[in-house]
Amino acid sequence: MGELGVGAFSRSRRSRMLRSPRGAVVTSTASTLVVLGAVVAAFLLAPGSRAVRATYFNVHDMWRAFIGDPHEGFYSVGRGLVVNIEMFTIGEVLILVLALLVALVRQSKSPVLFPLRMIAVAYVDFFRGVPLILVILAIGFGLPALYLPVVSSQSAFVYGVLALVLAYSAYVSEVYRAGLNSVPLSQVASARSLGLRPRTAMRHVVLPQAVRTIIPPLLNDFISLQKDTALVAVLGAVIEANRAAEIYSSTVFNYSGYTVAALLFLLLTIPLARFTDHLIARDRTRRLAGAT
Amino acid sequence: MIRPAPRTAAAGTASSGTSQAAATGTALRIEGVHKAFGANRVLKGVDLAVDTHQVICLIGASGSGKSTLLRCVDLLETIDAGRVVFFGHDVTSPAVDEILVRRQMGMVFQSFNLFPHLRVLRNITLAPVKALGMTVADAGEEAMALLARFGLADKAHDYPDRLSGGQQQRVAIVRALAMHPKLMLLDEVTSALDPELVGEVLDVIRELAAGGMTMLIATHEMGFARETATRVVFLEDGVIVEEGPPSQVLDAPRDERTKRFLGRVLSAGRM
Ligand SMILES: Nc1ncnc2c1ncn2[C@@H]1O[C@H](COP(=O)(O)OP(=O)(O)OP(=O)(O)O)[C@@H](O)[C@H]1O
Ligand SMILES: [Mg+2]
Repeated sequence: MGELGVGAFSRSRRSRMLRSPRGAVVTSTASTLVVLGAVVAAFLLAPGSRAVRATYFNVHDMWRAFIGDPHEGFYSVGRGLVVNIEMFTIGEVLILVLALLVALVRQSKSPVLFPLRMIAVAYVDFFRGVPLILVILAIGFGLPALYLPVVSSQSAFVYGVLALVLAYSAYVSEVYRAGLNSVPLSQVASARSLGLRPRTAMRHVVLPQAVRTIIPPLLNDFISLQKDTALVAVLGAVIEANRAAEIYSSTVFNYSGYTVAALLFLLLTIPLARFTDHLIARDRTRRLAGAT
Repeated sequence: MIRPAPRTAAAGTASSGTSQAAATGTALRIEGVHKAFGANRVLKGVDLAVDTHQVICLIGASGSGKSTLLRCVDLLETIDAGRVVFFGHDVTSPAVDEILVRRQMGMVFQSFNLFPHLRVLRNITLAPVKALGMTVADAGEEAMALLARFGLADKAHDYPDRLSGGQQQRVAIVRALAMHPKLMLLDEVTSALDPELVGEVLDVIRELAAGGMTMLIATHEMGFARETATRVVFLEDGVIVEEGPPSQVLDAPRDERTKRFLGRVLSAGRM
């Protein structure tokens, strides 16, 4: 009585299997297959499955939409994606600059800059609150309708990028601001005590530390931006992937072009999402290790 | 007056900072300084003079305003009334560019505040290069000499988080010294350190004192104050209650409040 048997502390067989590296792989593979199988089965067994497969997942139509055929009157979704890539690469550079300016104005203390600060606050409030699609419509159709010199005579591509830049700079300026505020005031105090001018302290002490913390949230916003370039389709004149798919479907009456566009967008955003996760994990390890 | 001046002029005055051994006189005079944070009146008329080559130790309970006083001297806080006179210049006058003043004072903080994204050497050379316009090579050479003097030469290319607290604080002192300050302000520089690391930092301060550096030091290290200070100043309720040589203030205090404070320190085992 009261004596512990050899097995008193041993785990159950099931828990042991889950903990061994091989057991974990087997278990996760099996459970993935079961879930995936259930989803596929539900899709295939649904009453409308045949029709949906024919209109959305027709391999022949998917391929035709992907390569396009000008003689038939539709554009390549693949070529369209290049336009999306152009929009977000140009956009991202402009957003990084404009958002930083807005953030710095909002962080400024000088009374001279008070009106600018108010404009920056109004700008951010406005563009964060208005749905992006309305911004694109307002700029894409509103600016040309004004018949102003230069402003009203740009291409739809330019208006699309402008709308994305205005809307996203509002979000990204908040990301910058959070980053700037994450740098301890003691860092600013020691920069000042060394006789650095505020601008030098910002440039060499605060900004470099802020940038490290803002990269993951910044990349998250850029993932959203990449897919939101598809909204520029509403202007009609920019043949990006989504617009090309739209033209395909209204020419051939099959939606598989949209499926192609969706797959292509996933191809772009998933690597960036994994990269962001990697940075977050690395930063977390570093912080847990006690390094700042 | 210290006025906005071209970089070269600022560099000129700073580099002559170490060769002040011959000059004597008043380095710093704090006159009737008041400072409140909202309704919290922290300094209520502080008067204090520091002569060149003197080491003044500022003692007082937590929250008595030692840090606030040092920050006011470094012009990191705007004072509500009074003056701070630095080598004859009223540096609290609106005509003064406080940035030029700070370049001639070295401040070291309790929490080191090294720049974590810069290696030790860059931490030290940043201000000489960006504020005084020194070349990277000159500043680097001087920084290496200072690091070597305090036994830190092998740390020059490490990031601060690789260093022990004591090493970080010594680097912070070197960083301040690299600006050739005429006055060092040290704010409880050993309070954040493990006990076994306190000694190495105090050794650096002793060496500076021996070299004739003028220093105003807020500290809880009564033993260090007794041994190093020219004068000890006791701050309470926003005013200086008592000041004098360490033997008098620490061993034969006259004021009741000083006696009570030292009694508490003694019973906490810090003396
Ligand atoms: N930036 C600030 N804003 C508001 N109140 C402040 C600020 N800095 C200091 N205080 C207040 O001023 C008082 C004095 O603080 P101070 O840090 O100067 O004391 P101290 O003597 O250095 O204390 P310790 O020994 O704990 O460092 C405290 O009541 C503190 O709360
Ligand atoms: Mg303090």
